[in-house]
Amino acid sequence: MASLVAILDLKGKPLIQRSYRDDVPSSYIERFLPLILDIEEEGQQVTPCFSNQGINYIHIRHSNLYLLALSRRDSNAAEIILFLHRLSQVLVEYFKELEEESIRDNFVIIYELLDEMMDFGYPQTTESKILQEYITQESHKLEIVRPPMAVTNAVSWRSEGIRYRKNEVFLDVIESVNLLVNANGNVVRSEILGAVKMKCYLSGMPELRLGLNDKVMFETTGRTSRGKSIELEDVKFHQCVRLSRFENDRTISFIPPDGEFELMSYRLSQAVKPLVWVEAAIENHKGSRIEYMVKVRAQFKRRSTANNVEIYVSVPEDADTPKFRASTGTVQYAPDKAAFIWKIKQLGGGRDFLMRAHFGLPSVKSEQDVEKRVPITVKFEIPYFTVSGIQVRYLKIVEKSGYQALPWVRYITQNGDDYSLRTALEKGSAPIVPM
Amino acid sequence: MNVFARAAPKKGENFELRADLNSEYKDKRKDAIKRVIANMTVGKDVSGLFPDVLKNMQTEDIEQKKLVYLYLINYAKTQPDLVILAVNTFVKDSDDSNPLIRALAIRTMACIRVEKIIDYLSSPLQKCLHDENPYVRKTAALCVAKLYDLKPELVLENGFLDQLHEMISDSNPMVVANTVTALSDIHVSATSQPSTSSSDPALFTITSAILNKLLIALNECSEWGRVAILSALARYEAQDDKESEHICERVVPQFQHANGSVVLGAVRVIMIHMRGVRREDLTKQLVRKMAPPLVTLLSSPPEVQWVALRNINLLLQKRSDILSNEMRVFFCKYNDPLYVKVEKLDIMVRLANDSNVDALLSELKEYASEVDVDFVRRSIKAIGQAAIKIDSGAERCVNVLLDLIATRVSYVVQEAVVVMKDIFRKYPSTYEGVIPTLCANLEELDEPEAKASLIWIIGEYANKIDNADELLSIFVETFTEESYSVQLQTLTAVVKLFLYKPDTSQAIVQSVLNTATKDCDSPDVRDRAYIYWRLLSTDPGAAKSVVLAHRPPITLPRTTVAPALLNELIGEISSLASVYQKPAETFIGQGRVGIDSVQRKNDLADDRQSTQKALATVAAGQQSENLLDFDDEPASDQPTGLAATQVLQTPAAVNLLQGTSSNPLDDLVSLFGNTSMTPAIAPGIGSANMFGGMGSVGSPVVTPVAQHPLSPAPAPGQQEDLLGLF
Repeated sequence: MASLVAILDLKGKPLIQRSYRDDVPSSYIERFLPLILDIEEEGQQVTPCFSNQGINYIHIRHSNLYLLALSRRDSNAAEIILFLHRLSQVLVEYFKELEEESIRDNFVIIYELLDEMMDFGYPQTTESKILQEYITQESHKLEIVRPPMAVTNAVSWRSEGIRYRKNEVFLDVIESVNLLVNANGNVVRSEILGAVKMKCYLSGMPELRLGLNDKVMFETTGRTSRGKSIELEDVKFHQCVRLSRFENDRTISFIPPDGEFELMSYRLSQAVKPLVWVEAAIENHKGSRIEYMVKVRAQFKRRSTANNVEIYVSVPEDADTPKFRASTGTVQYAPDKAAFIWKIKQLGGGRDFLMRAHFGLPSVKSEQDVEKRVPITVKFEIPYFTVSGIQVRYLKIVEKSGYQALPWVRYITQNGDDYSLRTALEKGSAPIVPM
Repeated sequence: MNVFARAAPKKGENFELRADLNSEYKDKRKDAIKRVIANMTVGKDVSGLFPDVLKNMQTEDIEQKKLVYLYLINYAKTQPDLVILAVNTFVKDSDDSNPLIRALAIRTMACIRVEKIIDYLSSPLQKCLHDENPYVRKTAALCVAKLYDLKPELVLENGFLDQLHEMISDSNPMVVANTVTALSDIHVSATSQPSTSSSDPALFTITSAILNKLLIALNECSEWGRVAILSALARYEAQDDKESEHICERVVPQFQHANGSVVLGAVRVIMIHMRGVRREDLTKQLVRKMAPPLVTLLSSPPEVQWVALRNINLLLQKRSDILSNEMRVFFCKYNDPLYVKVEKLDIMVRLANDSNVDALLSELKEYASEVDVDFVRRSIKAIGQAAIKIDSGAERCVNVLLDLIATRVSYVVQEAVVVMKDIFRKYPSTYEGVIPTLCANLEELDEPEAKASLIWIIGEYANKIDNADELLSIFVETFTEESYSVQLQTLTAVVKLFLYKPDTSQAIVQSVLNTATKDCDSPDVRDRAYIYWRLLSTDPGAAKSVVLAHRPPITLPRTTVAPALLNELIGEISSLASVYQKPAETFIGQGRVGIDSVQRKNDLADDRQSTQKALATVAAGQQSENLLDFDDEPASDQPTGLAATQVLQTPAAVNLLQGTSSNPLDDLVSLFGNTSMTPAIAPGIGSANMFGGMGSVGSPVVTPVAQHPLSPAPAPGQQEDLLGLF
């Protein structure tokens, strides 16, 4: 429960606010930033929730904005934080970018959204697709707009009477690999975050059933699987999926929302071999220059290709006059990130390449001599391939009008938000001894 | 005010706005309203335009209507007399053919917290509660809670509460969810009043009939509705184990929900009702199913992760088996915000065991070379905690610490020295070979805690360090310039040195006692010096048995809060209380805990309390930092950290332990009258407590050490390093 929700700029000035209950005066918003500064001054971390004089400050950051909720009660912290994130998502979907300017330009509609998304401090409708049906950018005449059935329907995510001439469904199975390789080259942590995204262009109220090569389902139904089956560790579903049915017999059955949405996500913490392996040898001649030799290897089958590979290797912040030589692709220096980026458009399976970089270093060292050891990070995309081996076996579509619909499936594996290798080693320095 | 506002502006922006608000053109009026709202948004006072804005309330344009309503919510209070003009439109709108307008009218009306409006709210609300459209009904349900907040008697008079109770059976799950939200909100308001009796109709008691309706609605309503229903389920008291099992089985599928607050809500319900489950296999299954969704929460945005981590920390204190194989998922990412990293460190140490300590150490070592000083220090602390927790891994921890000391980065070395001291306390005389390396860094230490730690080590092993007197004399020379914690340690270490090597260190002990009693301005230091002096001069044998006595080894606490509080917090998973890990009373309201509320809580929870108490006693006497818990379990009932050591023989000690002693000097005297008794008591307690009060013995870990007279009197800072209270 939140008494007040506000969006603030980085100076702590409220750009827009909405009070839902009377128990917290809006003047408390102004205290938020000074409190944060105080906490920082005392050498403590600013946590997303903190309490001061009986008021709880709950906030998230979105680029250069704070989204803040205030409450006097022992409120549900998870609910409020997730609501604030949802609010920022909805605003992004409305305005493309959520920043000071888009807030100032659209305050009328933001007030409307704040009014509709939360009532008396409790979150209400936060699906932006549904909201867009009755809170639109253009002004509207009274008689036309009514609350979409979906706002209160048991099926709150789909409106009735949708019609398409051609009924199609596109399924994207996207797996993001997060992994951490330590200096010895061992994988310390790895996980696969999978998502099944759908683009649904179906008429009426179709009933869908999705079949995967899910090991648990094969086991419970007693069927033997042809080929590989996989064990999904934690599956999360869009609210359209009937959870109790999944719990009973692992059937994924649902009435889909219209258009684009994420049907499900899953996680596997099985050990993953680094698909794109990178290592760097560094020769640091302090006070004059620093040299890098970077090696990349595609550790997946020859018939696959990784697209848009980007390798980020960090360099000292005061490095200058970059010189690069690469056996493939292009290299750029990004001084703002204190890194150079090696871009390879297409990296075939089993191939490996080398690149060399040379930077000058100032002869005078700055006072602060702490060397950051930023891991190498990699971005890539491998189409037609999933690490986990997940497969869509079928997608059944049943609608009472009995139309035929076409399902299309596509698989992609890519880097997650944390694909990092601590394999940039200085020559001469012994690698950290394995224990 | 009113008159002033209306009379004043003849020109300026408000004047222009007024003209436009009264324009004959629709577009111009609407545009003016937008500008008024824009001014309101940036904080300009536009309350003077109240009557002019109000005129535009009756309109076909829904956007304009919303803007006027918004204006009303903000400024109604400043113009209570004029608001009455809006009532007519509200009442008319609440009868509109468009459900959106009906809901909007009733929602806004209940937001205008002006007495005059509220009196007109009852009849439209009555109608809307029975509206044919669920959107209107769900909005009306919350309006009852709004009304209760303003004027409870109106809710009771109109029978709105009974109607809400009927609406729990509504055919629409969203209406059910908002009804539950409203009833729960009213329940919270009612219980926060001091004079609530258990028969107050505003209390929302969940019966088994309601339970079944909630369980049905749970599967059908929106994500936020599920959160509301799950919180209500958490309050339900199951009749028997069958019912507990039933609830758990019905709630478990919610673990698969994409919304993290639904997942945490489900975890909360399961943790509560699992207490009533007797089937061993079901409990196991529930615990097993809980792990994956908790891990998945770590892929959420950092703020959500943080809430999850704080809750996982609590869950692990209750059930250490939940995530036993998952330590790796808590490894810090390079870009995690510091508040997330800190929580992860704590959890990693909690999950550390024989089999994963290697992975943990190489990870911690990596963190110790990062840039953020605070994080580096905490990582080094975590290495120490791992060493204390896992006997078999201690040696490897020490090796990592030595590697870190070899980096010669000042703050790394200092933190490592502090951590080494704790390792010596846990494994006395195991790692003596390390001492030369530590002493080699003596010059570089400039933080009091690190200095104090090294001095303690030197004192403790004075008999084995050949040049201990030389090393200590460095600190004796600068005695008066050092901070008190360093002074205390120097004093103790020198006395230890004297007791080990009386022949060579007569001079140094004399000089330190002189300086400490004469030139020192801290009463703690002076008193300790006096005690030593007297002890040494009356009976050196006794001094030896006191100062060099065997100390119980330290351990890592399994919980950071008292067992009773832990149970309470587990029942509040995902709330602010669980995130702060403090009971709600300490941060809401005045931030003070009133005796009334504690009393009432005790009355309500009396039955459960007795079972909890039994459990709590078994779970070993953990002393809490929280005063509230002293109320639940008075020190005399429960062996606390202090009481557990059974040195309660003398009346003086008993007095001290119970904190009842009126004159500390009396106690001191009576203690000295009995110097021959158990060596492990008095001066230690005295030095820690006598002037500092009982507070400084508050933590469970260090207490055993604190009782010993000459071990480092634990300054609060030192306690923290062990407690790991990040």
